[in-house]
Parts: sequence; C-alpha cells; structure tokens
Amino acid sequence: MSWRRLWAIVIKELRQLRRDRITLAMILTIPVFQLVLFGYAINLNLRGLDAGIADQAHTSASRALVMNMLATDVIKPTARVATPQQLMTLLREGRINVGIVIPRDFERRRADGRPVAQILVDGSDTAVQSAAMQLAQVPITDSRLPDLRAPPNSTPPQGRIRVVAFYNPERRSAVNIVPGLIGVILTMTMVLFTAIAIVRERERGNMELLIATPLTRAELMVGKVLPYVIIGLLQTCVILALGVWIFAVPVRGWLPDVFMAAMLLILANLSLGLLISTRAKSQFQATQMMIFVFLPSILLSGFMFPFAGMPKAAQCLAEVLPLTHFLRLIRGVMLRGAGLWELWPDVLALLGFTAIMMTVAIAQFRKRLD
Amino acid sequence: MSEAAQPVILARGLTRRFGDLVAVDQVDLQVPGQRVYGFLGPNGSGKSTTIRMLCGLLTPSEGDIEVLGLRIPAQADELRKHIGYMTQKFSLFEDLTVRENLQFMAALQSVPRARTRARIDTLIEQYHFSDRQKQLAGTLSGGQKQRLALAVAVIHEPQLLFLDEPTSAVDPESRRDFWEKLFELADAGTTLLVSTHYMDEAERCHRLAILDRGRLVGDGTPAQMTAALEGRSFVVTAKDPRRIQHALSGLPGVLSAAQIGASLRVLTDAADGASETSAQAVRERIESTVQGIDADATFKPAEPNLEDVFVAATHDGRSQREMAA
Repeated sequence: MSWRRLWAIVIKELRQLRRDRITLAMILTIPVFQLVLFGYAINLNLRGLDAGIADQAHTSASRALVMNMLATDVIKPTARVATPQQLMTLLREGRINVGIVIPRDFERRRADGRPVAQILVDGSDTAVQSAAMQLAQVPITDSRLPDLRAPPNSTPPQGRIRVVAFYNPERRSAVNIVPGLIGVILTMTMVLFTAIAIVRERERGNMELLIATPLTRAELMVGKVLPYVIIGLLQTCVILALGVWIFAVPVRGWLPDVFMAAMLLILANLSLGLLISTRAKSQFQATQMMIFVFLPSILLSGFMFPFAGMPKAAQCLAEVLPLTHFLRLIRGVMLRGAGLWELWPDVLALLGFTAIMMTVAIAQFRKRLD
Repeated sequence: MSEAAQPVILARGLTRRFGDLVAVDQVDLQVPGQRVYGFLGPNGSGKSTTIRMLCGLLTPSEGDIEVLGLRIPAQADELRKHIGYMTQKFSLFEDLTVRENLQFMAALQSVPRARTRARIDTLIEQYHFSDRQKQLAGTLSGGQKQRLALAVAVIHEPQLLFLDEPTSAVDPESRRDFWEKLFELADAGTTLLVSTHYMDEAERCHRLAILDRGRLVGDGTPAQMTAALEGRSFVVTAKDPRRIQHALSGLPGVLSAAQIGASLRVLTDAADGASETSAQAVRERIESTVQGIDADATFKPAEPNLEDVFVAATHDGRSQREMAA
C-alpha cells in the first residue's frame, strides 16, 4: 500500500466533490431537511384529538374523570352530547376521533369494580387507537375524592395499568427520532455516495486509465472511502447540533462515544456502497441497488417500528442491517447514557460487517476490463 | 538505432473471443524498440482489443505475450510501472484542472516527489498549457484534451507508450502537432504503438501492422509494403469515371476501382505466382474495357500508396480465409 497513491485518490475525490455542487448541497441539506421533517411534521404522539363526551352520570367523580382525560392533552372536547348513539353518529361522520361514554350507573360500577366508562375510537387510524389506549389508563379514582368501595386512605384499587415511561417521560418523538435519524441519514447518503463512486469512473472512462497504472485495488477502495468518512462525521455534527438546539434532545452518554458509534456506521455503509459500486453496471443501477438496502433499513431497523414487535424472520433480516445495530448503540449512548463498551455486541457486529463488505468489494474489483 | 532489432513486444497466436465473436484471431506481432509502430485497421478490426491485451487490461483467450521482457498478463502489475497508455476515449478527470490531472497521475505513477514539480512544469511548458493550468480538463478543446492525455501518459517517462486512436477526434493541424510530439518521444528512446484508421498517419509510422476483422493481414515498413504492390496500381482518367467504375468493378482481376475526383484508382489482383502473363492479361482486359466506354480515356500505371496496400491486404486476407473455410 503506497500512502502517496492513497492520498492522491483522497485529494482527487475531495477536489471533485468540491466542484460537484449537487452532491455538496446534498451533504448539508439532507440532514437539515430530514431533521425538520421528522422533528416537526411527522409527530408520532397525537395531541388534540377531537373528542365527544356523553356524561350520563353527572356526578362529581364522573366530571373529575373527564377532566383527567382532558388534562392529558390527548383529546380536546369538541362536542357534549346526551347519548352514546349521538357519539356513534359523530364518529361515523368523522367529526370526532374519540367518544367517551360515562353511563348513568357510573358510581355503582365504580363501587363494584366493573368497567366504569367506554371509549369509542375511530379505529381506522391505528395511531388514534393507541392514543385512546393511553386514555383508558387515566385513573378513575381521583385522590381528592373518597373511594366508595375501599376504606379511606388506602391505595386506589385500580385494575388499571399505570405506564411509567423512562427516558422519554414526556413521550416526545423527537427524543426517539433524532438519534435514529443520524443513522437513517448516514445510511442514505453514505451508501449512495460510494455506490456511485466506482461506477461513475467506469462510466466516464476514467477507470481504464486508472487500472493501467500501478494503483492497487486496496489503495483505490480505501482512497474512495476516506473522504466520505469526514463528510459523514460532518453530517453527524449537523444533526446532533440541530437536535440538541431545536428539539432539546439529550446526550446523556459520552460525546466521543456518539461519534465513535457514528464512525462505525459510516464505515459499514461506505464499504457496503463500495461493494454495490463494484457490482453495478451504471450509476442508475447503483442507485436502484441502494434503494434495496435503504428500504429495509428504514422499515426493519427499529427506526420506524419497534424491533420487538417484528416477526422472527424480519428480525433476522434486521440483524444483518448496519442501521439496526447503530440504533441500539446510539439510543443506548444518547438516551440511556450507556458507554459504547457496554454495547459491545453491536460494536462487533458493525466492525464485522465493515470488514466483510470491504474485503468482498476489494476482491470483487478486478484490475481488468474483462 | 541498429540495436533496436531486439523486440519490445512479442506476441504469438494472440486470440480474444467475446462470446461467439472473435475480436482478435491468431495475431503474431513483433514490435521493435524506439520506433513508432502503427496499427492500421478499420473500426472493429481488433486494434483496441489487441492494445488492451498487450498492456494487460484484457486477458487473451489464447496466445502468449511478452512485453519489455515480461510475461503478460501474469506480470501485468510490473509492466504498468513502465508503460503509458492513452485510451481511445478521453479518460482524464474532466472536473479536475490541467495541473491537478498531472499532479494526480504523477502521484499514481510514483514520480519521485522531489522531481514531481519540475516534471509537471516541464510538461506544461512542452505541451503548451502554460496559460491553461487552472482550466478544467472538461472545458478543453478536442486537440487540447489529446495533448493533455499524452502529457499525462508520459509523465513517468515510460519506455513504452500505447496510444489507441489518439487523433480520431482532432482537427488536421492538431494532428500534425501531435505527431511531432510522438516523433520527439521516439527520438528520446520511447517505443510507441499507435493505432489509427488514417492512412496519412499510418504512412508516418516506422513500421506498420494492418488488422482486418481481428486478423493480421499485413506487417512491414510502409515502403516495403508499397513496394510489394509495384505494378498493381493504375490511374484511369476519363470524362465519366463512374460509368467506367461500374464496368471495372465486376471485372475479374480487378480488386478495387475507387473514384478520386475526375480519375479512378484501380488496383489489380495479386498475380498468383510470378506469372507475368496473367498480370499482363488483366491489364489488357482493363484497358480494353476502359477504351470501349470512353475512347479518350487514359490508362496509366501509378505509384502504389498505402491505401492500395490497405485495400490489397484486407482483400487478400479475406480471400485467403474464404479459401480456408
């Protein structure tokens, strides 16, 4: 390996990058654009669902229950009606998302421990449905009110499950999304840049010139990857800074660990992109292949949907994706304050992935035209 | 340059197939050192494929190659340090400047660091890029691009230079300048292998190989090759050359009749053996055909040129193959 030749490739790549305005713009705008998009527009916790309320009990306890529900901010009262039938109509017409029915025998049901209220939900939207589940967990006994069944001052006899959310008690999605977004953006841009890197030279005819020189395969591959490591770390900085400033995302772990984790993902993605590049026949084909990697990464890594809820087969597939491991690392470090060494299986997985991809890419690349 | 007899490139039975297509078919080559060696042939005759095999970029399907004493493709890595290769299509980086391209290739070719700067300055001076050092290579004209490609190809002062149709997209004046540079390099001791489909360029080469449909159909110095055709070229001058051309093209013994302005250039078949009589018979047949159409027409022997050599070589090669088949 000649350092001079390796360095020549790095410098050449950087010089070309500097003159490639679109790629340059992509490097900065993709992180900013995605962060704002996911941070603001795609709000996974619902607030202010339209609710219709049919309180037929009219007791102080029933009113307290309704007030507690409203206090969650998940619903806002848009209609007060007399009967459940009216709620059904409103629901069907799409004028409310949620209907709350408190029956006349509310107090007796409370005493008997039977279900005291009914929440009617527009189930056509799963997000609304899960928000309603949240509502059902509102305690029906208010501490200010005497419990009719149990002796005074005893703990409320709730069959309800109180959900205690650690690490993101406010359930703000930004906290969950920003660390993951680092991974998504790095996956998208890093794979794309290197997937194109070799094919482009082949398409433009530069490759024939390069392979007729003493340049080795490893020098070419490593030289192509190195400049993008810097770019990737730069993107990480941008997303982190915006995440912390705009969305107040905590960095509970050690900052260098965050960058180390990012570095591991960058290398994994770059080597994967390089492998694509040695296989693809054109830049277009390389982009298509990149989408094959990107889609499962988004869907299966646990960025969009919880990993635990996926079927076994999907989980196995997800284990192969670098983003899955990175998400575990970055959420561990940023949100739970874990050290990188505590999450060593995922560190090893990323390192292994990089080593395999890079080796295959170098082996795949031939210094021949046939 | 008597010691130049030691061949720089030796190839035997060189063959390359792409699927069913035989791009290069049993080619034997011997390229002497310190000369400009030409590859003449139409598009698709296997010139590029041969060059690529000789510099180790393509693996031959059959045959042996020895370049600068190295076995190719086995020792291609070693060979790459000693050769320069100018591709048919412009292959420098269009989004790098003239100087940056030179710097990049100087590093790849391991030009000693201490000498790099001076070497690049010399090349920029020699190849007339002094006022264009910072211009992006993509914005250069066709002739300038070829000049830059040549400067880059010789940056490490290679012993052997492969040039694949270097002037195919260049105007005549740039072509002349370009060839001046090639002769300077040959004088300085470089061996050059140049492919071309221009006759005037082929004429300039010290030695020439003619390729047709993957086959080597002629090999020698331009002078030898034209001398071998002595007595087979004629010029017919007539008022209506086209009519005569039609009449002649079907005539036995006539290889080709090509119109050049108001005259026809006629090439006759190889007189098999040395039978003077059959050559004489062909000549008389042509003369009577010409006179029959136009009594005023003249029919004179002409000095054979390289175009005749090319036509004769490709035709002879093809008819030999047909006979073999």
